[in-house]
Amino acid sequence: MADTDYDIIIIGSGPGGYVTAIRAAQLGFRTAIVERDYLGGICLNWGCIPTKALLRSAEIFHYLQRAKDYGLSAGNVAYDGAAVVQRSRNVAKRLNDGVGFLMKKNKIAVIWGEASIDAPGKVGVKASKNAAPKGALGPGAYQAKHVIIATGARPRVLPGLEPDGKLVWTYFEAMAPERIPESLLVVGSGAIGVEFASFYRSFGAEVTVVEILPQILPAEDAEIAAFARKAFEKQGIKILTGAKVAKLEKKTDGVTATIDDGRGVTQSLTVERVISAVGVTGNIENLGLEKLGVKTDRGTIVIDQFNRTNVPGTYAIGDVAGPPMLAHKAEHEGVICVEAIKGLKPHPMDKLLIPGCTYCSPQIASVGLTEQAAKEKKLEVRVGRFPFIGNGKAIALGEDQGLVKVIFDKTTGQLLGAHMIGAEVTELIQGYVVAMNLETTEAELMHTVFPHPTLSEMMKEAVLDAYGRVLNI
Amino acid sequence: MPVNILMPALSPTMEKGNLSKWLKKEGDQVKAGDVIAEIETDKATMEYESIDDGVLAKIVVPEGTQDVSVNSLIAVLAQEGEDPKAAAAAAGKGAAPAASKPAESQARPASAGAPSPQPSPPRGEGVAPSLVQRPPGTALPQAQSASSPQQGDGRGEEARTYRDGNRIFASPLARRLAKDAGIDLARIQGSGPHGRVVARDLDAAKAGKGALAPGAAQAQPPPIQAPSDDKIMALFEPGSFELVPHDNMRKIIARRLVEAKLTIPHFYLTVDCHVGKLLAAREEINAAAPKDRDGKPAYKLSVNDFVIKALALALQRVPDANVAWTENAMLRHKHSDIGVAVAIAGGLITPIVRNAEAKSLSVISAEMKDFSARARARKLAPHEYQGGSSAVSNLGMFGIKDFTAVINPPQSTILAVGASEERAIARNGKIEAEWVMSVTLSCDHRAVDGALGAQLIGAFKTLIENPVTMVV
Repeated sequence: MADTDYDIIIIGSGPGGYVTAIRAAQLGFRTAIVERDYLGGICLNWGCIPTKALLRSAEIFHYLQRAKDYGLSAGNVAYDGAAVVQRSRNVAKRLNDGVGFLMKKNKIAVIWGEASIDAPGKVGVKASKNAAPKGALGPGAYQAKHVIIATGARPRVLPGLEPDGKLVWTYFEAMAPERIPESLLVVGSGAIGVEFASFYRSFGAEVTVVEILPQILPAEDAEIAAFARKAFEKQGIKILTGAKVAKLEKKTDGVTATIDDGRGVTQSLTVERVISAVGVTGNIENLGLEKLGVKTDRGTIVIDQFNRTNVPGTYAIGDVAGPPMLAHKAEHEGVICVEAIKGLKPHPMDKLLIPGCTYCSPQIASVGLTEQAAKEKKLEVRVGRFPFIGNGKAIALGEDQGLVKVIFDKTTGQLLGAHMIGAEVTELIQGYVVAMNLETTEAELMHTVFPHPTLSEMMKEAVLDAYGRVLNI
Repeated sequence: MPVNILMPALSPTMEKGNLSKWLKKEGDQVKAGDVIAEIETDKATMEYESIDDGVLAKIVVPEGTQDVSVNSLIAVLAQEGEDPKAAAAAAGKGAAPAASKPAESQARPASAGAPSPQPSPPRGEGVAPSLVQRPPGTALPQAQSASSPQQGDGRGEEARTYRDGNRIFASPLARRLAKDAGIDLARIQGSGPHGRVVARDLDAAKAGKGALAPGAAQAQPPPIQAPSDDKIMALFEPGSFELVPHDNMRKIIARRLVEAKLTIPHFYLTVDCHVGKLLAAREEINAAAPKDRDGKPAYKLSVNDFVIKALALALQRVPDANVAWTENAMLRHKHSDIGVAVAIAGGLITPIVRNAEAKSLSVISAEMKDFSARARARKLAPHEYQGGSSAVSNLGMFGIKDFTAVINPPQSTILAVGASEERAIARNGKIEAEWVMSVTLSCDHRAVDGALGAQLIGAFKTLIENPVTMVV
């Protein structure tokens, strides 16, 4: 068989694409993956992973500044911005190499270039700007029985807020600054916005966050978002909600923003840099989708529960296939997609059970319905809460600010949602996610032994609280 | 790692089977492809081949065990280089025990961490064991049980829900929803991983659709139940009878025919077919059969072979009757797959002549001879007797004049064929002797209405009375 003929070709090697490729190879499909920029996509190179590396530096810096609280002394605590960024780039590089290794190990062909689907099953690849890694196939005409689009997303651009790479940044520039700016305006308070706000504030920048909606972190439970806002403001981050940037005036090394507070009152703010974090939009262009007749809707590809588009043999997964635009959602969609192709009858994904994590300080993690969403669904709920201040481990860590909140269906005892803010909650949430996937009720959670002393004990306490049986508060 | 050998599912619907025979002993060398056991399924005995090489370390389920659940552990295979004794000791890790013999399983407490089966609940009414279930309305109101902190969760019993001694896999939420709605979990087909009952299955059950097993209770008035075994036995003098345990085939026949009669609205259409020409043609064709050296003819067609062919062609002429009923749509078959009831010792089985409309009479005849022989040896594979568009049941050879047959789901019709006999027929004011065969078509009224059924049996009559039209 010629090297241009595959069972499955995946376009895009982000976390969705490369995991899909590995699963396809495991299932015995001859698999190829097309990438134009970086193996591992945005997540590994310009998203999830390098930002976590940056935030880790910020966190350790923050602890060093608080050394005295722990009975330690650390003099001359300072940072080297370039070294912080370099560490983050090294982390990204290591994982990027790792994806190359995984492709090789699973005998997945890597095709380097810009792909378009010229007809069902026909993938044309043109040369891209970035140099191909060793062993990758070049431009040409390829074909496969199944083509999976996993091209991801890119920052959304608002009129008047167009990034210029210099004064107005997207996450690309925000991730590798030449130096830490003295002042910063962050437009948008979703996960990306607050993570950068947190990072730059830790290194001393004057940070202002502008959010058009009345609540920061609009996807999160209102109580958690309010808790976060208080914590951010205590750190010195200025937050303007229900407000929008009306005008940006660029200077040589700064920007003057006119901010409308939503009630007609404007204020002007001069900052060194602006980060536009107003969401992302699917990469649906230049793929030949229009000619192919693939249905799209507001920048994403329309799919069914097994990620099939309306064109047979063409599939879409991950950010390009719609929200929530999260790496772990993309990975799981890809697995379901190829298992369905194989005829394995996988269960469709329940999007309500996809957890979300935000790595600001304090961390935020959640899954399922918020209290408000549950009430909008006319569900009768029982809500349980447990504050970090009642947990021994949290106090020992010196991290006694935080909250665990759980929402149960009053009649059935079904765990509908869980929302957490505080130290390490991004590592805790999975306990609730497993419980929800197994359709656990409050009875099993109360019957489960949680180890002491851990932060996880708060997860049980919150459940007990929902049923009037809380112990340590 | 020792390989756990599990009870295979030899057909998509198989839930249990009997382990009729082990062909390898503990300690025997086994090669991939070797037949290691014989499994008795619904209606056939199947050979079970090993897919791995190794040594049969331990037989967990002895031969002769009845009703072994699919996927339960039946044996352990030590792979190359492994100590069979160690493998045997590790038996059961990661697999549910067979649990078909509660007494025996109990005597071996929790072998190597596998969940130990609980004894079956006492068999009350001789039907399904009574499961943890309260009638609707008697369930504890949720708010009450949950709101008082002192109260234990009181839900321990929910986890122990068993069906025929086997645990029913259901999510905690599904168990609670079932309990509160008074739905018997055992009657719900799970759609979760490994058939686990999950919340959405309960939603479907409550909505009255979805995958309820036949005879599902729901919140409807309880289904009419047959009197219990004890009550029946009490009607007879003790010692005046002997008990003959049901084999699998008898159980399946009973279950499927009750299901058919309870769920399919039957109606019946009878016509008399004039078969003089057919009988003459049959003799002529059989006489013309080439003979081999021993004087054995190449074929010998039976009347039934003609009936199969005529029904197959009739279904092609009346395609609206060549259908199967499903809740959401009518399956209109493209081919005529004709089941033929074959009586065998202890029951009957209905092998299916596929694409019978396209097969010649001699091919149909040869296929039926092969089916009959293998059916008697109980060697038919499930795919040879499952499905089908319609069926033929012929009791003519026993001198039955006419009768009605029970439809074999998922088929929509069945043709009951009586004896061909000379009868006195009035024609143009005169009495004449005529060869007549009465046939009765049973129809599923959900799929085939009266006029449509009449068209089908009319087409059959035309074909069988003019056998030359079948040859083209």
